[in-house]
Amino acid sequence: MTVTPEGKPRKQIHLAAHFPGVNNTTVWSDPAAGSHIDFRSFVHLAQTAERAKFDLFFLAEGLRLREQGGEIYDLDVVGRPDTFTVLAALAAVTDRLGLAGTINSTFNEPYEVARQFASLDHLSDGRAAWNVVTSWDAFTGENFRRGGFLPQEQRYSRAETFLRTTWELFDSWKGDEVVADKDTGTFLSDPAAGTFAHRSEHFDISGRFTVPRSPQGRPVILQAGDSDEGREFAAATADAIFSRHGTLEAGQAFYADVKGRLAKYGRQDHQLKVLPAATFVLGDTDADAAEKADVVRKQQVSPATAIKFLEQLWNTDLSTHDPDGPLPAFDPVVGENTVAKGRASVRMHRDPVATAHEWRALAEAKGLTSRELIIEVTGRQNFIGSAETIATRIDDLVQADASDGFILVPHVTPGGLDEFADTVVPLLQERGVFRAEYTGTTLREHLGLDQP
Amino acid sequence: MTTPDPGPHLAVALDGAGWHPAAWREPLARPDELFSARYWTDLVREAQSAALDFVTFEDTLALQRGGSPEATDRVRGRLDAVLIAARVAPLTMGIGLVPTVVTTHTEPFHISKAIATLDYVSTGRAGVRVRVGRPHEYPHFGRRDPEEDRDSLFTEAADYVEVVRRLWDSWEDDAEIRDAATGRFVDRDRLHYIDFEGAAFSVKGPSITPRPPQGQPLVTALAHAEIPFRFAAGSTDLAYVTPTDRSDAERIVARLNGLPHVFADLVVFLDDKPGAAADRLARLDETAGRAYASDAHVFTGTPAELADLLLDWHAAGLTGFRLRPGAIPDDLTAITRGLVPELRARGAFRSGYEADTLRGLLGLPRPANRYATA
Repeated sequence: MTVTPEGKPRKQIHLAAHFPGVNNTTVWSDPAAGSHIDFRSFVHLAQTAERAKFDLFFLAEGLRLREQGGEIYDLDVVGRPDTFTVLAALAAVTDRLGLAGTINSTFNEPYEVARQFASLDHLSDGRAAWNVVTSWDAFTGENFRRGGFLPQEQRYSRAETFLRTTWELFDSWKGDEVVADKDTGTFLSDPAAGTFAHRSEHFDISGRFTVPRSPQGRPVILQAGDSDEGREFAAATADAIFSRHGTLEAGQAFYADVKGRLAKYGRQDHQLKVLPAATFVLGDTDADAAEKADVVRKQQVSPATAIKFLEQLWNTDLSTHDPDGPLPAFDPVVGENTVAKGRASVRMHRDPVATAHEWRALAEAKGLTSRELIIEVTGRQNFIGSAETIATRIDDLVQADASDGFILVPHVTPGGLDEFADTVVPLLQERGVFRAEYTGTTLREHLGLDQP
Repeated sequence: MTTPDPGPHLAVALDGAGWHPAAWREPLARPDELFSARYWTDLVREAQSAALDFVTFEDTLALQRGGSPEATDRVRGRLDAVLIAARVAPLTMGIGLVPTVVTTHTEPFHISKAIATLDYVSTGRAGVRVRVGRPHEYPHFGRRDPEEDRDSLFTEAADYVEVVRRLWDSWEDDAEIRDAATGRFVDRDRLHYIDFEGAAFSVKGPSITPRPPQGQPLVTALAHAEIPFRFAAGSTDLAYVTPTDRSDAERIVARLNGLPHVFADLVVFLDDKPGAAADRLARLDETAGRAYASDAHVFTGTPAELADLLLDWHAAGLTGFRLRPGAIPDDLTAITRGLVPELRARGAFRSGYEADTLRGLLGLPRPANRYATA
């Protein structure tokens, strides 16, 4: 086994492929950009990821089309498939790749979600993963039976109870009940297989679960919460955490923080993988990549998109603001963010006035227009460079405990991962830090996780 | 001039190892593979090899209870039907895929996008069979009273299908414009709130999933009596019914005369040798310890005899049949390799797929979008 200069064994890197999402990272105007809904796009990205021996394919989900200023947001990709359905179909055209879906714990019920994940795990021979997301907002609730029923402060409580309830359902079958012995006529060895009863603040359910134990026992659990509560939830329950801290310092701090929370749940470091989301721009040389990255950022932040970003912080209509002029001179409207709906990122602006002051100071120091400022604060790709540069950077970050790998977010659908698969992955394999072949069949095995 | 009748449509209802409770013990049965993708892919490909219109996948949000809830000599356990259909879709062509969903305990928003996505991954071969909740499913959700009025479940199911259909139409076909000049990916004027308000739920829309390839995937339901008939007539494209004989079929067809398709469900036990199928059913009954009973007519006989019956009932107005194989694979292959060639020899079944979509196979046009103004 190779070792780092400090003498530690070199960590193996984990990589995931994020299907390009419904935000401005995805450049739909690129001439190479294909459909976001045609199944062939999903097949292309998943098969590219599998060819490159990635750990998993990742699909996000949002249950209401985003709005801004009371209208459906039309500048980004809009529209996506049903998560479970497209993952089950991808299981037919891949063999080893993990299949991770984002499923909401607020607008679903444990019995149904558990049988969907257990079914997906059977149908993929042990490759299912669940990115557990919480929401509470009445805006999304308008598409569902119960509406906006959940108080914000209960969203993690419901999410954790929901998750643990599904575990009770998965565990209601031990795995040896189906004997299907034609001669003796015994199909089930246990007449009570699947029996469960759960009563808590959020659920009061009992009966029998329909799906015999699946290859992984239960799906791999991913979590993306960043708040203190979210990190605690991940430390208690998740197998991997999907963070947005992709730089060395922020990554190391986050990594140490969440791994440090594991012990109190009786868990060890290897049981929670830290996988920041990361964008990338490859070039033949670093200079070439930098030039391309600049073009991509301008595509991602059009003048109109820049105004929409400003509105999300300023919380008011800025449709007459000049994107090529300075930032608004007045402070953001304080209070509930009413401009942007269905967008988790607006909650990141915890102190909009302070953020606006930082932005203004930055814009003045660097002489940036409104659009240039937005590019500066939102658009920088994590990895920019030649394949050699990017491979080195990824390996360095992982060996420095800034992460255990990355969830790569291409900016073009569906071919945006092709070059990475062809050029960066072989370099990581040469370094001995990324698998050359799959050694296991299940996602748990790829991630080095224990079987529950 | 009249065009010759092309004969009845044919679907197969897939459930476990077949519809007879002892089917899983037959020599060719694969009861230890019921939870594998390979099993379901093999069955659908077998149906596809005979150019059948579609297959349905049974489902309940509860464990099977045949025999008794504690019986250990029956098949127990099931995977989610929508996901089985999706898993099979990329590996099949031509054949329609129609999973069962339960309206009472699920979200119309989720099911609408799931079936739309099944339509995308199958490139236009998706349908759905809807049914209302059964009492023993209720405790698994814990949100509703199992004693609630059964009739009102059908009223709610009608609302449910209305929401599912509106959501499918909530994107106009040309909503995605990718207009570089204005930077707009969609034309928001071609996306529609559905603003459904019903007694059981309200749904705002639009769907997160663009309008599926067929526009409106096929909606189907099984109906045995007046209230389900009313639901089927008002909400579906195709009803499965359970006539006991030809005159019963005529009566039911008259009741559902507004529907494009009425299929009779039949449980079938088939054998080329006269009398052999009845003997096999008797043997299966003996294994199960009781005589097989069904809501649908139980047919035993040769493929030629079944062809006679199907053509006779088809002449009574049924547009097709959903055959429930008594045992799988025996009765499935008897349908694909015995019945279908027999019908073809009589000029009463297609020789291959003649349409790319399930609606197309059933002679249904791609419907206009209810929200399109142009």
